[in-house]
Amino acid sequence: MNQADVAWMLVATLLVLFMTAGLAFFYAGLVRAKNTLNTLMMCFAALGFVGVGWVVLGYSLAFGGENTVIGGLSNVMLRGVGLDGGNIPDLQFMAFQGTFAIITSALIAGAVVERMRFPAFLAFIVIWSLVIYAPVAHWVWGGGWLESLGALDFAGGTVVHINAGVAAVVAALVIGARKDYGKQAMLPHQIPFTMLGAAILWIGWFGFNAGSALAADEIAVLAFANTMFAPMATIVVWSLLDYRHNGTITGVGLATAIVVGLVAITPAAGFVGPIGAVTLGAVAALPSYYILMYRARTRLDDSLDVFAAHGVAGLTGALLTGVLAQQSWNGEVNGLLFGDASHMVPQITGILAVAAFCAVGTFGVLKLVGLFTELRVDARSEGIGLDITQHGEQGYTSGDGAILVPGNELPGTSISVPAPGQPSLRPQGGGDA
Amino acid sequence: MKLIVAIIRPERINDVLKQLFMSEVYGLTISDAKGHGGERAQVETYRGTTVRMELTDKVRIEIAVSEEFVDPTVQAIITAAHTGEVGDGKVFVMPLEASYRIRTGERDQAAVTPIR
Repeated sequence: MNQADVAWMLVATLLVLFMTAGLAFFYAGLVRAKNTLNTLMMCFAALGFVGVGWVVLGYSLAFGGENTVIGGLSNVMLRGVGLDGGNIPDLQFMAFQGTFAIITSALIAGAVVERMRFPAFLAFIVIWSLVIYAPVAHWVWGGGWLESLGALDFAGGTVVHINAGVAAVVAALVIGARKDYGKQAMLPHQIPFTMLGAAILWIGWFGFNAGSALAADEIAVLAFANTMFAPMATIVVWSLLDYRHNGTITGVGLATAIVVGLVAITPAAGFVGPIGAVTLGAVAALPSYYILMYRARTRLDDSLDVFAAHGVAGLTGALLTGVLAQQSWNGEVNGLLFGDASHMVPQITGILAVAAFCAVGTFGVLKLVGLFTELRVDARSEGIGLDITQHGEQGYTSGDGAILVPGNELPGTSISVPAPGQPSLRPQGGGDA
Repeated sequence: MKLIVAIIRPERINDVLKQLFMSEVYGLTISDAKGHGGERAQVETYRGTTVRMELTDKVRIEIAVSEEFVDPTVQAIITAAHTGEVGDGKVFVMPLEASYRIRTGERDQAAVTPIR
């Protein structure tokens, strides 16, 4: 047990856990006001539902056992996961990895917001985290076949971001576009939320990347610095692109750039040097920017561009990891640029394998859930908004017109309240307004 | 000259605007409104307090038009705001005594005719 490692990993776990809340606000700012709460809830509920799934079964499927395709059942209900272990206790490693499973599942929400039924979404992410996320995490980190092949994925470019990005496309296709998509402008209702969310994500990402060193060592410092500098370069390039194409630099654009830069550096964080990170962050802006612009003109309603931001940037990052990895910094491997082309094939194999497995698997999970319950709300509920129809609450309400229902008043203060559906204020001669 | 006041569902406003513009009605004012009519109240719960929301969000549109535009305007609103469910709203038409364009001092017919 190394106490410095334990201390850092406690903080790192906390940071990654907080990212899911940051993601909730990032997403919520981008939707229409009537769906704010529903969007927040998709992410917040993942904390509970995916988290419990992880403890019960997910961890074991990802990290239990020696099989190269999937873990086993040896750690079901955390059997054998205790306070002993290597430099950090097994329990701590389990908790840290659990935060990854949660945010990866929550990321998919961005593709289905404003129309997916909440119970169906919950069922989907729980099953998805067990049958898609856990095996992929095993392939790359749990002693699986991609790890032994030599694929480089420091903090989850493939496991988290390509995985979530591909799942997002499939989910958007299966659920279908929002009814107003392509017919009406659907604008972000609270861009300050989105920028605040991007800030929380960036802070949390230091835990995500530097924590993936699993120790308070030099590699953690390298990953930390890279997590700082790569998105900075993305901001600059993205802003220039924005300025060139729109004549202005936009807030939503800058917030998106931060996420794109963070996603791109994720697989490379502990492998490239700081200049490599700046290069990687700068280059990563280009494909995501143009695919994001192109996507909005297609019929694919990946509403909050999970694919462009996470799938594409994850892909760019995974490829550039194989190019820019620098042994003089990471002490282990060189990339293409530094004379070792041998990592490119495993990188591409990893990307293709994860994308294919995730696409087929996500389709299957959605169809399975669809057998038991409707996946999307009806058009009328979509018009009213999912805050009211899915949660019986509103993200924003003044309280005007809210009348206590019988049984909710204090004794002795009761005024006669008619039953729901029997308006007490029916105007004389008035009809339905 | 008539003043047309319409109360519609917020989610229909973009369709109504589009339809009005297609009918060449360009001068209008809209505001957020809340109202009570025949719609069933939505039951909501906040930390154990259950309430019925007896006021529903609506959008109020005000349009001053010359006589020949009364019918097209009303029809445009009715067509675009219609869903068939209780709560689609109302259109009121009322006489308008006078109107002035502040910038030029023009009045009545000239004041409600949009600048081209």
